[in-house]
Amino acid sequence: MSEYTGDYVYKRVESIVFGVLSPKMIKQMSSAKIVTPELYDKEGYPVDGGLMDIRLGVIDPGLKCRICGSKLKECPGHFGYIELARPVMHINFIEIVYNLLRCTCRDCGRVLIPKNKIDKLTQKFNEVENEMGQEARRKAIREEITKLKTINKCPYCKARQQKVTLEKPTTFLENEKRLSPIEVRTRMEKITDEDCLVFGLNPKSVRPEWMVLTILPIPPVTMRPSITLESGERSEDDLTHKLGDIVRINQRLFENINAGAPEIIIEDLWDLLQYHITTFFDNAVAQLPPARHRSGQPLKTISERIKSKEGRIRHNLAGKRTNFSARTVISPDPMLKLNEVGVPKEVAEKITVPERVTEWNMAYLKEFVERGHKKYPGANYIVRPDGKKKKITDETREQLLEELQPGYLVERHVMDGDIAIFNRQPSLHRMSMMCHRIKVLPYKTFRLNPAVCAPYNADFDGDEMNLHVPQTEEARAEAEILMMVQTQLISPRYGLSVIGCVQDGVSGNFILTNNMIKMTRNEAVDLLSSVGVDNFTKLSRKEFVTGADVFSCVLPDDFNFVGKSKSGQPVKIENGKLIEGVMDSANLGGGKGLMLRTLHKNYGADDTIQILEKIFKLGIKTSLKYGFSVAISDSDLPKAAREKINGIMDTAYQEVENLIDRFQRNDLETFPGKSLKETLELKILELLNKARNESGLVVNEFAPKGTATLLMTNSGARGNPLNLAQMAACVGQQAMRGKRIEKGYQGRTLSCFKKDDLSPAAHGFIKKGFKSGLKPHEFFFMGMTGRDSLMDTALRTPKSGYLYRRLANAMQDLKVEYDNTVRDSSKKIIQFDYGEDGMDVSKSEGGIVNVQRIIEETK
Amino acid sequence: MPKKLIIGKHDLIPKHTKLSEKDKKDLFEKYKISLKELPKIYKGDPALQSLNVKVGDVVKIVRNSPTSGESIYYRGVVNA
Repeated sequence: MSEYTGDYVYKRVESIVFGVLSPKMIKQMSSAKIVTPELYDKEGYPVDGGLMDIRLGVIDPGLKCRICGSKLKECPGHFGYIELARPVMHINFIEIVYNLLRCTCRDCGRVLIPKNKIDKLTQKFNEVENEMGQEARRKAIREEITKLKTINKCPYCKARQQKVTLEKPTTFLENEKRLSPIEVRTRMEKITDEDCLVFGLNPKSVRPEWMVLTILPIPPVTMRPSITLESGERSEDDLTHKLGDIVRINQRLFENINAGAPEIIIEDLWDLLQYHITTFFDNAVAQLPPARHRSGQPLKTISERIKSKEGRIRHNLAGKRTNFSARTVISPDPMLKLNEVGVPKEVAEKITVPERVTEWNMAYLKEFVERGHKKYPGANYIVRPDGKKKKITDETREQLLEELQPGYLVERHVMDGDIAIFNRQPSLHRMSMMCHRIKVLPYKTFRLNPAVCAPYNADFDGDEMNLHVPQTEEARAEAEILMMVQTQLISPRYGLSVIGCVQDGVSGNFILTNNMIKMTRNEAVDLLSSVGVDNFTKLSRKEFVTGADVFSCVLPDDFNFVGKSKSGQPVKIENGKLIEGVMDSANLGGGKGLMLRTLHKNYGADDTIQILEKIFKLGIKTSLKYGFSVAISDSDLPKAAREKINGIMDTAYQEVENLIDRFQRNDLETFPGKSLKETLELKILELLNKARNESGLVVNEFAPKGTATLLMTNSGARGNPLNLAQMAACVGQQAMRGKRIEKGYQGRTLSCFKKDDLSPAAHGFIKKGFKSGLKPHEFFFMGMTGRDSLMDTALRTPKSGYLYRRLANAMQDLKVEYDNTVRDSSKKIIQFDYGEDGMDVSKSEGGIVNVQRIIEETK
Repeated sequence: MPKKLIIGKHDLIPKHTKLSEKDKKDLFEKYKISLKELPKIYKGDPALQSLNVKVGDVVKIVRNSPTSGESIYYRGVVNA
């Protein structure tokens, strides 16, 4: 462990000043003047005054720095500089310089604001800056000057002002005549220190003329290291390449000036130098072609290193990677507890938990060390009190075992019951990262209870998830108290349990409580034991028991609940006994289970999760015991029903025919704001949808009762009546952009139809169901809408992701204060009462506070 | 003569009223804030047309809310 220094504050940061480097400063902080673009001499040794000059920092291991005397890795590197033959604009300051040029006198360099107004306005500018930042301040100055109408004449020296424009990226024009950087610099020099303050520049740290470069600092070699390829060849960093260009052109410019070359040549070289220096800072300037490698790939210069997703900030600083984490495919295991996660043994042998050796646990920890890193559960490292880390290998094991004593740390393998944070991207939720207890299992996937898929939004079609193991007691405690699965049960979005029974868990309980089965008391005890219930006092002593009795066994004895099932039937639980109604997704399911919410309220998170677990397992075991299979015959319809559906379809077709006929005779009454054709389309769509819905009703009425398919839709475990109707009777209208399919060929949708055919079949109505099969054209239409929706999701996901990112960034530090107001980091009020009603949804029941009940309870 | 439309009187515009100096002081006292911490509204905002407010005034806005029936909001009037 490194020395604890938390108590000693050596220097406290009071404030930070941002400024611009002055040429003098650049020279002072430099250790070398760079004069030649050459990097190495014939022996491969860095050239003195070259870009890889050894004075700029060491890159060879073993060598000591000539400047600071420290070794590689310790020496931070040192700056150099080059003297530019002619001054050059700095691309990042161009806007400021432009503003300064337009706001100051071209002759005397004073601000174009009369003396009597300057104090008042400066104050105003300060206010603007406080509220909206420096850019707004500059804009305000510019506006103020335009308002004053002094742009034509300097209020101090009465000189006439000319119009200065910026020809992007770096050229200034005055009255169509070019202003060279030299001229710009002399104007900047003329601006007085007091006037700098008006612009919000502190002349001590920023003098305007410093924004025109006369000297260019050369970054140390440590930030642009060269790589030695396998072939022994050296490959230089992009920045070194760019700097090489700059130095080369600069030298040529020097030579040409000294030789007295014609002005055109010098100007050309000057422009080239400007280009190189601009791209050195930012290689993505809109108006400039980016500088490229010989291969054509653009160079990554300073701005690109910092900016955007792959830049230093988002990639390296905000996006640090972590140790003690694992990632693999996930798969379900309903026999795990809700707050457990199955971890492959392979992972458990790699990820460790540090445990401090004390007198009392020494023998215990020694066993781990003895087993070493190969045998599970073993240990991979021990850490001495001085922070030295020792790997446990076959050779070192014996010796380390001797050495181990209180104060040491043993990094032992993770074991059952250890704490881990489990996560699935995208982490849009706080429920996307929850704390689980580890359960080491065979095979190579992470296992999780299918009921916790909902908060993670996970399924098992190949999803991968991440696991992190906290390394300190504090982190573990925090994760356990704040992030454990049960603490996340109630969603802050709608105040109901996010976790509930899913799939077989719902249908199983439905079977159980719907009086569909008869079971003996023995069978019931069997079933309950298999889910971990050992209290059977609620089962009657008779030979046969009801499903409701069995279900009641998992409920607490004093539980009371009145609610409604999915079909609207009342559900009543009195003193922990299910008296009336069936259990289905309305009470057991995630996101709607009002029963779960009541359990949570009465018994707390820990008990609720245990009860929920038992209910879920009970459902699964019931389905397992009594079988649950879906068959094609589930959607068989009796002849009467088929005829009825055919009748519905025929009448619908006939009505559509009539409509088309009336349309052709121009006999149709148009809807307001719609054309005749649009009216027809709307009416047809309405008719066909009606026909589909009616046939759906027929299916629900006539479909064989008691089948698994129907049971699933009735219990809310999976599927809805529409899905069944689509299989048994009619798939319905295929719609694109809310209209019938109309594109394809000229005047028709497919070549098998006549032109201008308006009939349902020609515009994507699928008359038959999936079971009887689709006709070729129907299949084609379905393929069209299928593709369309696939495209839509593929395009929408990244868009909504970016939208979410922007929202999250904008709102990340809003906070509810003690006076119930929502405020930002500068204590500005956003809302006067959180969410307009000041309610914490996670403490409500489905967004509603049941005042009546609270009164009842306090009586 | 057609009636002149006053936007601020429209049904869909929440009710805006000017706060008296005393109410304003009380409000600042209650939340321990100054005008700076208050949400802003432009002086030229159409909802303030008939209100005769000046910069530095505080406007009280009463909105209908689906969750709390009525919600009260305050905005400080700022220039342009």
